[in-house]
Amino acid sequence: MWTQEEILVLLEKVKDPEIPVLSLLDLGVITQVQVTPENKVVVNMTPTFSGCPAMDYMRKSVEETLAAAGVQEFKVQMSFDKPWNTNKITPNGRKVLQAFGLAPPPVYQVIPDLDILEHTTCPYCHSTNTTLRTPFGPTLCRAMHYCNNCRQMFEQFKPL
Amino acid sequence: MNEQAIKELLYTLADNQLVLGHRNSEWTGIGPILEEDIAFSSMAQDKLGHSLAFYALLYELGESDPDTLAFMRNPSQFHCCQLVELPIGEYDFSLIRHFLYDHAEAIRFEYLTQAGYEPLAKVATKLRGELKYHLLHANTMVKQLGNATAESINRLQQSLNDAFPYALGMFESSPYEAELASAGIFPLESQIQTQWLENIRKVLAQTQLQLPDLESVMPVFGGRRGVHSEYLQPLLDEMAEVYNLDPNTEW
Ligand SMILES: [Zn+2]
Repeated sequence: MWTQEEILVLLEKVKDPEIPVLSLLDLGVITQVQVTPENKVVVNMTPTFSGCPAMDYMRKSVEETLAAAGVQEFKVQMSFDKPWNTNKITPNGRKVLQAFGLAPPPVYQVIPDLDILEHTTCPYCHSTNTTLRTPFGPTLCRAMHYCNNCRQMFEQFKPL
Repeated sequence: MNEQAIKELLYTLADNQLVLGHRNSEWTGIGPILEEDIAFSSMAQDKLGHSLAFYALLYELGESDPDTLAFMRNPSQFHCCQLVELPIGEYDFSLIRHFLYDHAEAIRFEYLTQAGYEPLAKVATKLRGELKYHLLHANTMVKQLGNATAESINRLQQSLNDAFPYALGMFESSPYEAELASAGIFPLESQIQTQWLENIRKVLAQTQLQLPDLESVMPVFGGRRGVHSEYLQPLLDEMAEVYNLDPNTEW
């Protein structure tokens, strides 16, 4: 019998293809892992950005990882039931993003207002003297900012 | 609840997102500046993702699969408004269309999150966060260019005048809307239009642009019931052509 813990350890190895240091667990897209009494592993996932081309890749990586570890029977399903937002990125995920040079999204209490995009902390020099340049970056999940302190552009994992 | 009414609403939402998504994607590689190129490409990706989510709901209600719905129907089977079909034109036109459209879309999505039809409410809750960025982009650029040089102001004004009759066509009523409104699923189009006018006026008031006089503009209706401009068929052909190259491509 597989245990949920064993499956979680396996899934820790599956990374976001666009941010190869960030695991899918830390990204928060794996919403549930279950092992049925028949030893079948069921993984529920939820998409980040709806048009994100990496989602299908992520699902396949999870399936390949399970298969490679010898899990005989599994099902990986996508659903909007527990919609993802950037608050679901774990504290460890935020640390990893910062170290990767990508400003982590701020944690918010109520539905985020766009003001929270202003004065994003620069991942290089930690200044908050920064300006949002465009909410659209090289991938759907990134916004572009300019740091007025160290005078360079930086990317942010944008809050959603 | 009338399933036909829900389906008609889903088709309208999905077709608008699909067709505008394709139009926006035409800016990929030819945007006036790199940042705008990326912005339109990103918004296109989001909108195609949204259409897919709505087509998936239709599929669950017994309609064809999303690819068939997106690529195998005739223009008369499309419910999109004519605004989204129009060619991208110059950048100023695409920007104004994006501004007018996304303000309406944002209002629709707010209502959809409250929809008394749970699968739709869930999808809308998920997608509205993305729309917020589209709106931010539209407002930022319209305020910037709507206060810049005489040329940029004139161009935007001209595009606003051209697009406005089509934009009013976004609020074409459907035979089912009274029923959907009384069932708490979706409000009347006239209500959305009122809120929309209020919202775009607020932004335009911060620019040198003038909203055309409502009384003198004839809305371009028809799209929602399958009457389209000459531009839809070639666009669908082009979309289907890419699809038919390899129907198994995941995108
Ligand atoms: Zn800095």
